[in-house]
Amino acid sequence: MNFDLSPAWISIKVTLTATAIVFFLGLMIAWLMSNYNGRWKGLIDGILTLPLVLPPTVAGFGILLLIGKNGPIGNFLEIFGVNIIFSWYAAVIAAIVVAFPLMYKTTMGAFQQIDPNILSAARTLGASEVKVFWQVAVPVARPGIAAATALTFARCLGEFGATLMVAGSIPGKTETIPIAIYFATQGGEMQVALVWVLIIFAISLTVLVINNYWESHKKNQQRGLGG
Amino acid sequence: MEFIIDIKKKLYDFQLDVKLQSKEEIIGILGASGSGKSMLLRCIAGLVKPDQGQIIINGKTFFDSEKKINLSMRERKVGFLFQNYALFPNMTIAENIAFGLDKLSKHEKKSRVSALMEKYHLGDIGKRYPSQISGGQQQRVALARAVAVEPEMLLLDEPFSALDVHLRNHMIRELSELLKEFQGITLFVTHNRDEAYYLSDYIAVFNTGKVEIYGQKDAIFKWPGSLETAKITGCKNIVEATRRSENQLYVPQWDIALRTVMKIEPDVGFMGIRANQIKLLDEQDSQQENCFKVYIADESEGPFRTWLYLKIGSRPKSRADFHLQCEISREQRRHLDNLEEPFIMYINPDYVFFVAQ
Repeated sequence: MNFDLSPAWISIKVTLTATAIVFFLGLMIAWLMSNYNGRWKGLIDGILTLPLVLPPTVAGFGILLLIGKNGPIGNFLEIFGVNIIFSWYAAVIAAIVVAFPLMYKTTMGAFQQIDPNILSAARTLGASEVKVFWQVAVPVARPGIAAATALTFARCLGEFGATLMVAGSIPGKTETIPIAIYFATQGGEMQVALVWVLIIFAISLTVLVINNYWESHKKNQQRGLGG
Repeated sequence: MEFIIDIKKKLYDFQLDVKLQSKEEIIGILGASGSGKSMLLRCIAGLVKPDQGQIIINGKTFFDSEKKINLSMRERKVGFLFQNYALFPNMTIAENIAFGLDKLSKHEKKSRVSALMEKYHLGDIGKRYPSQISGGQQQRVALARAVAVEPEMLLLDEPFSALDVHLRNHMIRELSELLKEFQGITLFVTHNRDEAYYLSDYIAVFNTGKVEIYGQKDAIFKWPGSLETAKITGCKNIVEATRRSENQLYVPQWDIALRTVMKIEPDVGFMGIRANQIKLLDEQDSQQENCFKVYIADESEGPFRTWLYLKIGSRPKSRADFHLQCEISREQRRHLDNLEEPFIMYINPDYVFFVAQ
């Protein structure tokens, strides 16, 4: 069995980069949206959530239109000689678009659960909005944010459809684990596919379990049950 | 010390329309639930923006709709004690108190926090989290956190509603002591007349978004200036009455005339007498002024007090057939067993008040 480990490294690189970006982006936008009550709230929220309900291939198609050779962003980048389509950056963009709604929705739910008096108390004590966000809102909503991050990580790791469309499956360059599984299965290399399935299984489970333990540890700390 | 509040704010089912101006230090705002009193505090602190008007505290304009001034919560920096205390659950007690002290050096911060912890009897719980301390301690932490930033004004929103009854009396006394030391204006919202009376010298009575009466507490409790004020301050015996002369009124439903100390001006209105101001006398002479023959229609016993439901002039036909309520001690009630009905009720003319319709 000729086993190439490169899909693992590509997957980890893409997943970590995309998760980090989605984490901050989702946190910021969820906070802005939970403080915004204007007339466009419903529409903006709908647009931000859309990739969650659309097939990933639709997201992939949209990204292609934007960053492809003839898309506005693709055209612009070409001036500098940069081409992101079919590179690992494209895989990161695909993961971001598809995973963003999970981070955004879950985090916004967590922010909306915060007792508004707590945020008002911080403000009457003279805290700036930046302080309210980082020292009160984020720590208080931490269990929800942690869950959102774990979901985002898992979703980025598992991304297949949009990634295949915008990044392709160039071995050693853009071939991630899910894509490797697909092509291994297609090519009848069931053993290779099985190894990748077990690896992705192990990574996902590890992340979710670590998240659970860390959360219950934090919870106990605030209840005074240890650590 | 002075504040001027003159604001309007449309609420769901009525309009908040408050005009209140005072130089007092501690003011109780007494009103039924949903009368808009908490909303007033929220407008002052900047949590809610009034539709129009102005809020000026110690010469500093917080809000002025004409001059288009609306300071943010951060700029107003009033101390706000929330009904549920709103402590930061992710921070220890010491961190909670130190939250607003970013401008101080590390050393100053530490000494300010420990001075407050000592003063507010928070002993050695500085490293605990809010969920690990009692309700009374949470209230003290919230107050310490609010006064730590040295605000010019403290706003207390129903501070005792989250506490058990046995803890409440203790905390009222303690809070009263701590408030005396606070150098600034305190506005204190409650629906409980005892709390309002105990904590403040001046009381503003709230009714559906408006200040009914504002004044010295003893004056308000003795002769409430309006029907709603009489009800909110807990007067149980309020009945329609008409003016006979400057110091005499007639109660048609009871068919009695009463002398009053208070000067009566309007021709028709309501008279009131508090249940604890009604005396039952030993002697059997009903010819004296403001003395009447009464029969007991019903009674209910509390642990230390007894409430009698009295009918004037004739024997009641049923337990619901009574004119007024009278509150006496259990001891006084036992004493009545030695006497024969009808008893003689005396209504002190000093405690009879009359309000216009």
